[in-house]
Amino acid sequence: MTDCKEIVEHIVAHLRTVIPPGTEISTESRIVADLGLDSLAVMNFVMALEDEFDVSLTMDNLAQVETIADLAGTLAALINRVAE
Amino acid sequence: MSILDKFAPLQHAYGELQREGSDPFAVTFDSVRSPVEATIGGRPVLIFGSNNYLGLTFDPQVIASGVAALQQYGAGTTGSRIANGTYQGHAGLEDGLAAFFARRSAMVFTTGYQANLAMISTLAGRDDYLLLDADSHASIYDGSRLSTAQVIRFRHNDPDDLARRLRRLEGQPGHRLIVVEGIYSMLGDRSPLVEIAQVKREAGATLLVDEAHSLGVLGENGRGGAEEAGIEDDVEFIVGTFSKSLGGIGGFCTSNQPNFDILRLCCRPYMFTASLPPSLIASVQRGLERLSEQPKLRHDLHRNAQRLYNGLSSAGFILGPHPGPIVSIRLPDVAIATAFWTALLRAGIYVNLALPPATPDSHPLLRSSVTAVHTDAQIDQAVAAMTEIGVALGVLEPGND
Ligand SMILES: Cc1ncc(COP(=O)(O)O)c(C=O)c1O
Repeated sequence: MTDCKEIVEHIVAHLRTVIPPGTEISTESRIVADLGLDSLAVMNFVMALEDEFDVSLTMDNLAQVETIADLAGTLAALINRVAE
Repeated sequence: MSILDKFAPLQHAYGELQREGSDPFAVTFDSVRSPVEATIGGRPVLIFGSNNYLGLTFDPQVIASGVAALQQYGAGTTGSRIANGTYQGHAGLEDGLAAFFARRSAMVFTTGYQANLAMISTLAGRDDYLLLDADSHASIYDGSRLSTAQVIRFRHNDPDDLARRLRRLEGQPGHRLIVVEGIYSMLGDRSPLVEIAQVKREAGATLLVDEAHSLGVLGENGRGGAEEAGIEDDVEFIVGTFSKSLGGIGGFCTSNQPNFDILRLCCRPYMFTASLPPSLIASVQRGLERLSEQPKLRHDLHRNAQRLYNGLSSAGFILGPHPGPIVSIRLPDVAIATAFWTALLRAGIYVNLALPPATPDSHPLLRSSVTAVHTDAQIDQAVAAMTEIGVALGVLEPGND
């Protein structure tokens, strides 16, 4: 079982490399609306996470993600399904 | 509050663009004299932004066939392919396409956009997976949205990433349909089809190749990227369009699948739209023959493509990775791209301007393209104009040429 907290840490670490230094990030930050990532940046950042956790998000999965907590929850569900 | 308020950010960005003094999205051609010469705003321009790769729009035989069919069969069919919209010409063109691709069957659609919409949404059902190259054309993305399958993107032109994603699906039920393009429309780069086909075989997946920009351009017989890569047997479905090298409009899919024709009764974008007018069908049929009869057109195209690519590359521009009929210049930002495009039009050269997010890497592109019928002098004139403007706008170092 990989827990959400650990996944959030990975997400934040990746985000730090693509958003301006000093930007505040919380689990409720909205990836596009608050952090200003465009669709291409979102795709690249999600692909890096997919590699790291060895899962693929579907376009439907991605469409339902707004905040960092949403993304962590989606990743956790996929990771734990693989681990079953 | 208006229902259009949600477009305010787009409206704003568009307004900024128009304030620069030009509107690349509202160009009107007053007249068009040939595949490469037109007038815009009363001034002559050379067309270096089209998809008219073989210059067939003005082929006298292509025009004559269309005119004859227009007179014989009338202006339109006013009906769907499965009602009153299939004439002998439609069926004949399907036979012609199947023969050209050496496949069992073909289906003709009203546009290439609809061909992708139809094939992708219908082939991939509820338990299936669609694997799309991340740089896929909008029609492929839209087809995937219309489909009930799960949709997964893989990194552009990256067979290893595709293989990883297929491996992650091991044990899941359902078919895997991989979708790639022979030549990508923005940068003109080609799909690594040999490697993609190998990954496809190993995973037992199905492969669809959109040859929109590669039909008539790649391959010994002009059948596209799959022919050039020697992997046609690995491609279950080839999709393409008549709106580029064939100089008309319309789309098709061709396949060796024995039950292919059942799709005519379940592809909604095939069934619920009127068929192509007979004149168009006749022109495209003739265009397909011209393409086969005249391999010289393809050779001239590649010679011209090489000349444009070499000219712009030695001037110092950042171009796409593969020389070909689409030659795109990467520019640093939207303001420079718009200024460049406007200055080029004033200098009598029309090219396409592609702005993010429609571009692959968040940089704007000046997308130019050549045809088989541009002359060396016209290509040199375009290169000289682009170089001069590139220097003036600080995109190029002076004296680099
Ligand atoms: C890769 C690709 N597929 C499909 C299409 C759609 O073709 P059509 O213009 O026939 O609708 C295009 C053209 O825009 C394209 O670039």
